Amino acid sequence: MPDVTKTDVKKTGAADPAGATPPMTPTASKPEKARSLWGDAWADLRRSWIFLISSVLILVLLLITFFPGWFTSEDPILGDLAKHYLQKPKLSDVGSADWLGYDQQGRSVFARVIYGARASIAVGFGTTVVVTVLGGLVGMVAGYFGGLVDSILSRLTDVFFGIPFLLGTMVILNSFADRTTWVVIGALGFFGWTQVARVMRGAVITTKQADYVQAAKALGASTPRIMFRHILPNTLAPVIVVATISLGIYISAEATLSFLGLGLNGVSWGNDISDGGNQIRVAQWIMLYPSIMLSITVLAFIMLGEAVRNALDPKMR
Amino acid sequence: MRGAKSAKWVAIAAVVALSATACGGGSSDSGNDSKAAIDPNGKFSIEVGEPQNPLQPANTMESNGSIVTKALFTGLVDYDASGKIVMMNAQSVDSKDNKTFTVKLKPGWKFHDGTPVTAESYVKAWNWAAVPANKQTNSFWFSDIKGYSDVAPEKGKAKATEMSGLKVVDDSTFTITLNNPLPYFVYKLGYEVFSPLPESFYKDPKAAGEKPVGNGPYKFVSWNHKKSIEVVRNDDYQGPNKAKNGGVVFKNYTNLETAYEDLKSGNVDVLRQLAPKDLPVYKTDLGDRAVDQSYSAIQSIAVAYYTKQWKDIDPKVIQGLSMAIDRNTITKTVLQGTREPATGWVAKGVLGYQPNAAGDVTTYNPTKAKALIKEGGGVPGNKISIQFNADGGHKEWVEAVCNSITKAVGVACTGDSKADFQADLNARDAHEVKSLYRSGWVLDYPFIANFIRDLFGTHSDGNQGGFSSKEIDTLIAQADAAPSLEASEKLYQQVEKALPNYMPSIPLWYYKVNAGYSEKVSGVKYAQDGDPILTGVQVKK
Amino acid sequence: MGRYVARRLLQMIPVFIGTTLLIFLMVYALPGDPVRGLFGDKGGSPQVIAALRHEYGLDQPILVQYWNYMKDMILHADFGTQIASGRPVTDVLGDAFPVTIRLASLAFLIELVVGIALGVVAGMRAGRLTDNVALLISLLLISVPVFVLGFILKVVFAFELNWLPPNVNDSTNYKELLMPAVVLASASLAYVTRLTRTSVAENLRADYIRTAIAKGLPKRRVVGVHLMRNSLIPVITYLGTDIGALMGGAVVTEGLFNIQGIGGTIYQSITRREGTTLVGLVTILVLVYLLANLLVDLLYAVLDPRIRYA
Repeated sequence: MPDVTKTDVKKTGAADPAGATPPMTPTASKPEKARSLWGDAWADLRRSWIFLISSVLILVLLLITFFPGWFTSEDPILGDLAKHYLQKPKLSDVGSADWLGYDQQGRSVFARVIYGARASIAVGFGTTVVVTVLGGLVGMVAGYFGGLVDSILSRLTDVFFGIPFLLGTMVILNSFADRTTWVVIGALGFFGWTQVARVMRGAVITTKQADYVQAAKALGASTPRIMFRHILPNTLAPVIVVATISLGIYISAEATLSFLGLGLNGVSWGNDISDGGNQIRVAQWIMLYPSIMLSITVLAFIMLGEAVRNALDPKMR
Repeated sequence: MRGAKSAKWVAIAAVVALSATACGGGSSDSGNDSKAAIDPNGKFSIEVGEPQNPLQPANTMESNGSIVTKALFTGLVDYDASGKIVMMNAQSVDSKDNKTFTVKLKPGWKFHDGTPVTAESYVKAWNWAAVPANKQTNSFWFSDIKGYSDVAPEKGKAKATEMSGLKVVDDSTFTITLNNPLPYFVYKLGYEVFSPLPESFYKDPKAAGEKPVGNGPYKFVSWNHKKSIEVVRNDDYQGPNKAKNGGVVFKNYTNLETAYEDLKSGNVDVLRQLAPKDLPVYKTDLGDRAVDQSYSAIQSIAVAYYTKQWKDIDPKVIQGLSMAIDRNTITKTVLQGTREPATGWVAKGVLGYQPNAAGDVTTYNPTKAKALIKEGGGVPGNKISIQFNADGGHKEWVEAVCNSITKAVGVACTGDSKADFQADLNARDAHEVKSLYRSGWVLDYPFIANFIRDLFGTHSDGNQGGFSSKEIDTLIAQADAAPSLEASEKLYQQVEKALPNYMPSIPLWYYKVNAGYSEKVSGVKYAQDGDPILTGVQVKK
Repeated sequence: MGRYVARRLLQMIPVFIGTTLLIFLMVYALPGDPVRGLFGDKGGSPQVIAALRHEYGLDQPILVQYWNYMKDMILHADFGTQIASGRPVTDVLGDAFPVTIRLASLAFLIELVVGIALGVVAGMRAGRLTDNVALLISLLLISVPVFVLGFILKVVFAFELNWLPPNVNDSTNYKELLMPAVVLASASLAYVTRLTRTSVAENLRADYIRTAIAKGLPKRRVVGVHLMRNSLIPVITYLGTDIGALMGGAVVTEGLFNIQGIGGTIYQSITRREGTTLVGLVTILVLVYLLANLLVDLLYAVLDPRIRYA
């Protein structure tokens, strides 16, 4: 069904705003060997300033996420209202509990910023994994088998894509009493997988026609073997690009949901920004620092995605 | 509840625009505002949200609708600031036995369409609202009246369409007979549910809810959905609270910060409440136009007595938890002075309020708190949670209360956040609250019974935590059977004094109105339910 | 062409049913009950609750409710009644949609003009300073959450500089709508910039551009006609899908600037469990999205002569 393919691949371009896969010629159609593509990409990445900056930032963020105790010894939850209520930042006191001031519960904003990283990173990575696996699977099956299976799965993808993302996640999160990290990941993933599915489907369809796949088929390779050994490696590039860019978007989405009062229960930047908004007239720092951290984090991942895209897309060189 | 940021869910706000202020309030204000001349026909605007229900008096349960219906309808009686009854449309409401009441109406009152307000206007309206098929959300208010259970039986078909307890004597007189004597029934009559309706209403009640015809100080002009509602002064109004302005525009805001910004730039004249964001600065911004005044509402932490954790708890443990909450510091810091520490279960401005009713149970004392909890056998699981709705601006104080408890007595405490009020309510209705939950109560009528009987009686509607005590039930029954209002008030005060031994809930603090008004208006006062008294507002030239 | 359109329209039917059913089921699964919610803290008379539930058909099985709803909607254009207000949902939508359409159009215009202009400039100078600056700006716009951006703009342009009104009082006043439109457009604007830039940079090296230049065509014509026409194809695809997102995704922006449009109605319908309103809204948004997609695909044929729909 060539024309259906055409229109849907185009949608892929649409669904992938950063233009990872220009509609007419999907990247993965390059019949190069996988290794040379990755090798070239790596060489490219090492020379990119965007990549260097973003990977340093992400490294620091990961350290903060896994070892918050290295950065501060303060308790992020129990504050002292009587002593520290809205105490101003002491910016000269870098790294101390007083550094970024105290919030309305008398808690150190610096400690909150450090401990809040975990929620954002967990939601970002968790959602990306869910979305990539789920979307990848749907896209692979739809693209490989084509025909009726493809029609059904494509319409299903349309269904989920048609419901506005924020609206959908809001409804889901409203129905959970306890909004843990898993619930938030689930809600974001439930409506987020469509994009990966479309990109994957488009890439699979073009790869499927490649000579070496046809050859493997002729040699009697099993379907799973063809799918995972031969097709998958050649479709990874566009999926990875979409995944890295959307990682930042999911972190931002979690913060937005928190802003609407539907985010994680517990320490998170989104919650702190939302709560700090109430103090904006007298204590801007409560909202300011989590906002900066959030923006930097999102920026880091989006920059990484940008760099990876540049490296993996040969036309960009 | 009230003061909530986004969920404007004041459950029931009862006090009709205060007549006393209209009589006395105006003169006291004219002094400081005398610089500017007053335009008696000037109109002003006030911030509201979109009313959720059609503007039918018995169908309006939330604050956005009730402030409008209160402007359009006037009932039999009203209250003054100290909780005393004032006659409005009624000449008198008399009873010998507190069971049968005779209502005499003042002559010459008319609806806005020119038809007279008669005894029939009341009786027919109440009967109509009581019929379940008419789906009035406040219909249970008529359940005290004899014959209600025939009109709205809990099971099976209705036996009657009219309550046998209501009888029209003549055009200006009717009688109300109750199921049981209730010394303070007159207080309930002040609630807008008991408003009269004109004959034209019944032709098309739905249309009447969109274009209400009332008998109140203002006449309805237009309702531009989600934008504004406009009313003008009713020049034929006979009541004591005749409007001192030409009319009101209820301007729709979805968020209070926006309303406050508009107040500062002169786009809206009166606010009902402020966003938390503006609280720290509004007094500096507005000067003497800032309003900071208490009203009759209380916030407390209710105990889910149906849970394993609290089922057989020694009240000492709850006392201990109560004493672990540093109300003073929390109201001053996290709540930014918008609440006042509670010293009992009954809010201020209510007839029967007594200071320090709870004794030292509401005083912060970590040492004693620890001792009490230990004496009572400790908190089961040494872990508690407080359920709240995330859309009501409760998160901050719940966190602060939890931190206070954890620090004082070492009991782990977390906020159990429900996404919105619906989810919160659902968990409460279904008895799924895990440990404790936030609870708020705005007065329905300014009598002490409203804060005790309607919350802690075993079968009361407001008792959602499953608190049940035979002793308290007996005391309440005695107070209800008292021969006079005064006697009833005394007995209820004794019930409140006994509550610390049972701890049906942990009182936290009383609400305050924090609001403001523009330079264009003066004489802005707020009633016990926290709403501004519209009729008293004067507009400058 | 006609057959193609017919087939696309047919494909929309399962998608339409799927989305509406999905949202119906999701709303149904929410804890709480719109009727019970009317009564607030105090609980109402069970008789009235039962009567109301019956009137709105809430006492029926979910699939029956769905069937009845869709039947009324398709046959009578009846989107149901809002439970709390008793108003027809079509009225509620009629209030909200014009506001949102004005806001979304303005945002769309901003994202179109500014996004493409920035993208073309960056693409023409790929790899140079201008390009990197444009890249940084667009990455920042994507990274800063909408509510932070909205607040920053409000403080700077409304409170400090007094250039623009902080809130929207009159939704037909485009001066008031400007700031929210910018906020709403920001992320999409960045994407449009990136897309255009990539596309322009890529096409600049294409053979047909070289040919055109070699033929001695004036640069303005090369860029204006040949380059633009080919570069804008992916951009248009994105813009097409973005219309729906702009309309349905403004929950935060509308809240920040007191705009009474679709976003606010969505938020309210969710918290009050007004399933009928929500489904009605989603139905219209889905239709907009589906039709926009179709339109984009047809536009393709106009822009790219290589594509012919059978």
